[in-house]
Amino acid sequence: MNNLKQEDHSRSAYWRANIKILAGLLLIWFISSFLLGIVFVKELNQFRMGGFKIGFWFAQQGSIYVFLLIIFYYVWRMNKLDKEFDVDE
Amino acid sequence: MDILTWTYFIVGLTFTLYIGIAIKTRASSTKEFYIAGGGVSPLANGIATAADWMSAASFISMAGLISFMGYDGSVYLMGWTGGYVLLALLLAPYLRKFGKYTVPDFVGDRYYSQTARLVAVVAAIFISFTYVAGQMRGVGIVFSRFLEVDINTGVVIGMIIVVFYAVLGGMKGITYTQVAQYCVLIFAYMVPAIFISLQLTGNPIPQLGFGGTLNDGTYLLDKVDGLLTELGFMAYTSGSKEVIDMFFITAALMVGTAGLPHVIVRFFTVPKVKDARKSAGYALLFIAILYTTAPAVGVFGIYNMITNINGQKIESLPTWVQNWQKTGLITIEDKNKDGMILYQKDKVKNELTIDKDIMVLANPEIAGLPNWVVALVASGGLAAALSTAAGLLLVISTAISRDLLKNALAPNISEKSELLYARMAAIFAVIVAGYFGVNPPGFVAEVVAFAFGLAAASFFPVIIMGIFSKRMNKEGAIAGMIIGLIFTLGYLIYFKFMNPELNNKEHWWFGISPEGIGTLGMILNFVVSIIISKFTPPPPKHIQDLVEEIRIPRGATSAIIH
Repeated sequence: MNNLKQEDHSRSAYWRANIKILAGLLLIWFISSFLLGIVFVKELNQFRMGGFKIGFWFAQQGSIYVFLLIIFYYVWRMNKLDKEFDVDE
Repeated sequence: MDILTWTYFIVGLTFTLYIGIAIKTRASSTKEFYIAGGGVSPLANGIATAADWMSAASFISMAGLISFMGYDGSVYLMGWTGGYVLLALLLAPYLRKFGKYTVPDFVGDRYYSQTARLVAVVAAIFISFTYVAGQMRGVGIVFSRFLEVDINTGVVIGMIIVVFYAVLGGMKGITYTQVAQYCVLIFAYMVPAIFISLQLTGNPIPQLGFGGTLNDGTYLLDKVDGLLTELGFMAYTSGSKEVIDMFFITAALMVGTAGLPHVIVRFFTVPKVKDARKSAGYALLFIAILYTTAPAVGVFGIYNMITNINGQKIESLPTWVQNWQKTGLITIEDKNKDGMILYQKDKVKNELTIDKDIMVLANPEIAGLPNWVVALVASGGLAAALSTAAGLLLVISTAISRDLLKNALAPNISEKSELLYARMAAIFAVIVAGYFGVNPPGFVAEVVAFAFGLAAASFFPVIIMGIFSKRMNKEGAIAGMIIGLIFTLGYLIYFKFMNPELNNKEHWWFGISPEGIGTLGMILNFVVSIIISKFTPPPPKHIQDLVEEIRIPRGATSAIIH
């Protein structure tokens, strides 16, 4: 009985840690596309990086690179979390 | 060799390859037919997902669409890639752990309800059919332009090829042909892009050439901004859409991507939960190669068009312009009879019309590349259309044989007859899709864009809440799906079919165009489900345990069949 309870406890702690990682990454996802690429695009376009205006670059290139980084970081972080909580396969 | 011979040769070669793979990988059980036996490596699944995802429209039309929309075209770039973040983080690992074969499987089991399952089946079939009709049409168009056969003959040839590997191989056959198709299509896309980038900017990497300088030292993007404003158009790097509309369209495309059944189902095919996560990363990587190149191709294309055609004497046009005039994709009409071509925003004065598809199709000729590259682009377009069509047809056949027959109407059929029904359903689906390819209803193009809105407003919320809320019950989920679907469909039908003359900023709700309304439909779905579920009984204990179970990676049933 005690064992079961402990397992329940560790499962909900695992789930909370997972949600925390998700929330952080989704925030970055939102900022890189919706904020930098859409909402603040005019303001950012006043700055340049070579031939690119920064806002335009985020909308057509940068956001996609950020998406890739998000997923590969998530894969790495979750593999680690799974091991920490002993729920890996 | 001339272009036509090369095209027959390369298309013939790639088709032989696809058929060869299909014969080698044919399915022998329902599990192999539905989810390729569950033993696909994350890398192979990532490549297959990318091919599945990138349709004829991505390959042929997207770059051109962006070159005419400029910054506004960013909705497609962000929308069709950002959805993979949602898939990887919120859906793929949990659905893999759930371990069944289809999206309606999940909806029906999680919401312990045949009604929920049926709503999901109808939505899956509807979304996939609207999408697949466009693909078959795309196959027909590529055939007619490059192989000089009739469009309808092209559709029929495409149907025969798809029947062959979808019906025989099921998911298993499709997966490995898609891997081959990805290689063909990405090679065909990148070769001309790299050469054009090199010619214009001196940089072989299109993503960098995009921000590079021309021979005269000005930045390409500044030059194009200047050329377009001179002709009366918007500057390339600034847009004309309202911020709220950009926001809602991007969100609808992202969420819709994550809710499309033919994409979700690919993540059932990998062995483990962690493979599902990794596989989503690979999928986005392979998609991003094309999606970060497309906006560069778009800007190279518009620059080449303007500088090669505008202000030129009609008799001294380059040969590729004359070649494409024959196909009707470039039309020139000397309205003021001065023997020169004038490209202008003003429709009365404008003498040049360019079809968006030309930006990709004519690239090899603009860059002066050898004939085999032109042929390669044709086979790339076919690979993109066929791979997407096959993935969609599989969803339709699975929805019929498994969700409708096995799980609802005739639960006692044997595995052997289920497999037979799945194959018959696939043939049926190909024939219907082919019919729509030959006789395209006028609204196919419109409807394909709707598929995203509908997926966003129906599947995405029920799946998310099915995983992240233990309290969500069948009453909430069914009400949410139905209201989300009806609202989104109603708005689309109202503005696109009933009152197309009212389809403008002044009449849209909150300035949201029909393309972006799926986002509002999704929000409505969430709100309705949550409210209804508060007033109705919680799901039974075994369902709450199921939710508990899919949240933990360990113990994913080994799906590999030896």
